[in-house]
Amino acid sequence: MNILRPLAARIVGQSIRLFARAITAVRADWQGIEPIPRQRVYYSNHTSNGDMPMIWSVLPPALRRDVRPVAAADYWLKNKLRAFVGPEVFNCVLIDRRPEVDDKPMDKILAALDEGSSLIIFPEGNRNMTDADLLPFKAGLYNMGLARPDVDLVPTWVANLNTIMPKGEIIPLPLICTVTFGASVHVQNGESKDDFLARAAKALSDLKPEVAS
Amino acid sequence: MNTTTIDIIWLSLGAFAILVGLTFFGEVLRARQDPNTQNPVLETFMTRVQSWWGMVILIGLAMLTGKIGVTVLFAFASFAALREFLTLTTKAQADHLSLALAFFVIMPLQYFFVAMEWSGLYAIFIPVYAFLLLPIVSALRGNANRFLIRVAETQWGLMITVYCVSHVPALMNLNIAGQGDRAILLVTFLVMVVQLGDLLEYFFGRRFGRTKIAAGLSPKTWEGVACGVISAMLIGGLLSWITPFGLWGAMAMAGIASLTGMFGNIVVTAIKRDRGVKDWSHLIPGQGGFVDQLDSVIFAAPIFYHLTKFYGVA
Repeated sequence: MNILRPLAARIVGQSIRLFARAITAVRADWQGIEPIPRQRVYYSNHTSNGDMPMIWSVLPPALRRDVRPVAAADYWLKNKLRAFVGPEVFNCVLIDRRPEVDDKPMDKILAALDEGSSLIIFPEGNRNMTDADLLPFKAGLYNMGLARPDVDLVPTWVANLNTIMPKGEIIPLPLICTVTFGASVHVQNGESKDDFLARAAKALSDLKPEVAS
Repeated sequence: MNTTTIDIIWLSLGAFAILVGLTFFGEVLRARQDPNTQNPVLETFMTRVQSWWGMVILIGLAMLTGKIGVTVLFAFASFAALREFLTLTTKAQADHLSLALAFFVIMPLQYFFVAMEWSGLYAIFIPVYAFLLLPIVSALRGNANRFLIRVAETQWGLMITVYCVSHVPALMNLNIAGQGDRAILLVTFLVMVVQLGDLLEYFFGRRFGRTKIAAGLSPKTWEGVACGVISAMLIGGLLSWITPFGLWGAMAMAGIASLTGMFGNIVVTAIKRDRGVKDWSHLIPGQGGFVDQLDSVIFAAPIFYHLTKFYGVA
C-alpha cells in the first residue's frame, strides 16, 4: 500500500500532464527568466480550477519535483479522490480557510519554504469572475517576500483558461493555453505593502498576451 | 504489392531525396560559416527542413495504410487547426456548448462522412446544418452581446479548418473512370504542387520580388507568385503520371491549385494581422501552427476537389 501510493501518484500526475497537453497544447513562455532550479514562488492569476494543474504541467520535471501549490483544504479534502490528488499528486500545501479554525496559513507557507520547496500561489485569494485582469492581491505575497527575501517571486500569467473551462461548465474546450513566466520581483527596502502589491500585480498583468478581438 | 503502393513508395523516396538534398545544402552552409556566429535565416531554414521530414514521414506512412490512415491524419490536423483558429476568435461563455459541439461533434462527424464516402452529406453538412444549428445553441443562452460576430467567426473557423481541410482526404472518394484506387495519389499531387509552389514562390520572391500584391499585409510579390505558379505547373507536369488529367491537364490543375493557395495565404495573413499575432501557434517548429502550414492547401483543396469531379464527369 505505502509503496503503491507514490507510484499511483506519479501515474496520475503524468496522466494529468498529458491530458493538459493533448487538450490545450499548453506551453510555457519564459520571458526575462529562465527555467532553472532556484527557489521561487510562482504567483498567478486565478480564473479556473485548471490554473494550478496547467502551471504544474508546463514546469520542467526538475522544477516540478520541488514545487508545492498552496491550495484550499476545503476544496482538496472534499472527497477521497481529491484528498489523494491534492496532497499526493500535486503535493499541495493545504490551507484551512474556515473562520472558526485558528490556523496560521503563513506559518505553513514559511515552513514549506524553509524545507526548500518552491510554491505556486494565487494572491487574489479567490477565482476572478470579473472582467478586470486581476482582483486586488491579498497581503500574503508581501508577507512572504518580506519574511524570506532571498526567494524569487515570479509572476505567472495563465492565458485563456476562463474560456477553456469557465465556472459552471462541464466540458473543457480544447483551446490553446499559454503560461507566461516573467522576471522575478522582490520586496524592496522600505517599500510599503500597498506599493509592493501594486507593483507585483502590474508585473503579472503586463504578461497578458496582447490579442486584439 | 499493387502499382498504387509502388507509386506511393516512389513518391516518398522522391520526397526523401529532395529533403536529403535540402538537409545537405543546409549543413554545407552551416559548416562554411564562422563557428562562433549563428545565422538566424539558416537556423530557421534547418528547423523547417526538420519539420518537413516529420510531415513527409507522417504522410508517407498514412498513404501506405490507405484511406483510413490519410483520413485520420487530416482529422487530427483539422482538430489542431480548429483549436488554433477558435483560440483567436470572439466568443462568450454563452457559446461554450456550441464550441464544444464544433470540436467534439461537428468535426468528427465531417470526417466520418468523408470516410463513409457520403459525398452528398459532407458537401453540405457544415455550410447548412452546422451553419444553422450552432447559432441556435448559442442564442438559447440569451446573450446578444456581439452575437453576429461570435457566430460568424465560429462558422468561419469551421469552414476553413474542418470543411476545407476535409476535402483533401475527400479526394480519395473521387472515382474517375479506369483509375480504381489511384485516387489516393491525388492527395500527394495536391499537397506536393501546392507546398513546393509556396517554397519556390518564397525563394523567387526574395530574389526578384518588386511589386507587392497587398502592401502592408503580406510580403508576397507578383513576380514571386508568377515564378511560384510556373514552378508548380512544371512540377505538376512532372507528376502527371500519378493523375488522370494528362500532361497539360495536370499542369493546369497544378497552376490553379497553387494560385488559389497563394491568395488563400494572403487571406489567412489578413486574419492574423487583424488579431495582432505572428503565428497561429507554436506547434510546428520553424513554421508556426497548423493553420500557418496548411493555409494554402486549405484554400486549394475544395476547388481542386470540385474541378477534379467535373473532369471525371466531362
